[in-house]
Amino acid sequence: MGKYILRRLIIALPSLLGISLILFVLLALAPGDPFGELATNTNIPPEVRAALRVKFGIDDPILIRYVRWLVAMLQGDWGFSFSSRIDVDKLILQRVPTTLFVVGSSQILALAVALPVGVYAAMRPYSIFDQIANTLAFVGFSLPTFFTGLLLILIFSVNLGWLPFVYRADIAATGWHWYWENFKQAIMPVAVLGLFQAASYTRYVRSAVLDVIRLDYVTTARSKGLHEGKVIVKHVVRNALIPVVTLVALQMPAVFGGAIVTEQIFRIPGIGSLLITAILANDTPVIMAVTFVFACLVVVFNLLADIIYGWLDPRISYH
Amino acid sequence: MAGLTHASPTIDVAVPLEGRPRRISPGFEAWRKFRRHRMAVASVVILTVLTSAVVLGPLIWRVPINEIDFTARLTSPSWQHPFGTDDLGQDLLARMLYGGRISLAVGFAAMAVAIIAGTLIGAISGISRGSVDAVLMWVTDLFLALPQLPLLLLVIYLFRDFLKNLVGPEAGVFILIVMVIGGFRWMPVARLVRAQFLSLREKEFVEAARALGATTPRLVIRHILPNSLGPVIVAGTIDVAAAIIAESTLSFLGLGFPPDIPTWGRLLFDAKDYLDIAPHWALFAGAAIFLTVLAINFIGDGLRDALDPRKVM
Repeated sequence: MGKYILRRLIIALPSLLGISLILFVLLALAPGDPFGELATNTNIPPEVRAALRVKFGIDDPILIRYVRWLVAMLQGDWGFSFSSRIDVDKLILQRVPTTLFVVGSSQILALAVALPVGVYAAMRPYSIFDQIANTLAFVGFSLPTFFTGLLLILIFSVNLGWLPFVYRADIAATGWHWYWENFKQAIMPVAVLGLFQAASYTRYVRSAVLDVIRLDYVTTARSKGLHEGKVIVKHVVRNALIPVVTLVALQMPAVFGGAIVTEQIFRIPGIGSLLITAILANDTPVIMAVTFVFACLVVVFNLLADIIYGWLDPRISYH
Repeated sequence: MAGLTHASPTIDVAVPLEGRPRRISPGFEAWRKFRRHRMAVASVVILTVLTSAVVLGPLIWRVPINEIDFTARLTSPSWQHPFGTDDLGQDLLARMLYGGRISLAVGFAAMAVAIIAGTLIGAISGISRGSVDAVLMWVTDLFLALPQLPLLLLVIYLFRDFLKNLVGPEAGVFILIVMVIGGFRWMPVARLVRAQFLSLREKEFVEAARALGATTPRLVIRHILPNSLGPVIVAGTIDVAAAIIAESTLSFLGLGFPPDIPTWGRLLFDAKDYLDIAPHWALFAGAAIFLTVLAINFIGDGLRDALDPRKVM
């Protein structure tokens, strides 16, 4: 298993490099010169301008600039936020835990809904329950997160007044009260993101379980006299989960996209809302860094999926 | 694999044979299967109504989209303003009809970009063995792992002004959004096409065509490609829905079309600060996106049953 994890890590590195290359090429191709302002400023003599360009290496070949940029990123020198007046890496480190908390709890909620519903629907295909679940799943992934978010705010914050609609990182309370307030403000964002994902996961689980539930080895397990619950959990679900893990991993980019929207609606101080604020403030170093962090998170979660994959199907980790 | 249960109930329906077998064209066969999916048929009706409303609607409902009327701010739906008005007293029905044109156009155009790029890459990858295939599939996997929304936002942030100066604000943003959304959605299509090519190119009919002296381009265009289009059509349908959601998301974040173009997402973005006093504003726009996307997704499901007996997700 250790060797398998190491191999996946080595495979993940080129994709991170590829992503960083794409990011850098985008930035380099983008019109607009960081020294454009200097060019129009008549107080700066042309020699000084040229010297500055040489100093920052603007006119070097793109490959050399890429390597220089990558080395700086690896050393933790992520630049300085224009608008927040703070180092970008500190800014992002402050925000990442909130995003991970929201995304993580919503994924747990999504799987907690999708697994039982999908398995039960597949155990009784085309029954009333299956049809209702299927229709609800369609409705669920056709409802965009920004609309469900607004609907929940309209119902639970504006009309009923039960839940706060602005997420606060600094709750002035201690002990149980602090947990309760945190729980209350996390309900809506986690529900919006989690239920949206649960809709598509339910369909994955159902079709994966359908693929294995009539296989001969399941019949064998039943005819051995195993309890039905044990057959489902130990024999069916474990094998059905293998394709589901792949599909869930493929959904990761969409999950983090959904996190951006949710953070923006509920004003959660995570990296998603940081990205939007930075774009509105033309804060390029923060934008680049946040995009790169999102890319890293996707790669890390894919790695995690690979590891779970190896655990679910030991054959994979032996190859 | 005895007694395998399929994911959808409409597969393997025995064709009723009365007397001698009738000739059934593949198109008719597909339509017969599609018809059995009731939700899909209902969705075709809904989508037709929605599309004709946004295409023909502005010809009938002739209220200008930017007529400001401060005496009628944030009014609820009435006969004069069937969908109510916004904070400047502009008629929401007219704005929704206009915005719907853009949202739907973006959806279909982005789908076209994704399908063309995906088919091209998938076809090249599937027909050429070795390093070309390996490199193209590595790129595909890399794109699949990219965080799409942050990159969409980044590209739009970096290139918005450039294209705006080049071809004007509306067309510039339209081209940018369509290219970028399409450019991040071709990967599933490429994989599907490649998988189809890998299996089709070993089939007897392709071998027969090759034996008759058909060149590789002819093999691809006349023999392999037409046979691999089923799953591509299904994926394309789903892509329309995804592109509409992506465009609405961008507009909802305030980073899509300029503020004077009321796409459905933009309407929601503007409406979100008035949820307490004018909920109708957000509800109509959100419901329009939801209905369109739901209808397209159901049509995609129906087409999947009709065209593609295997599951493609």
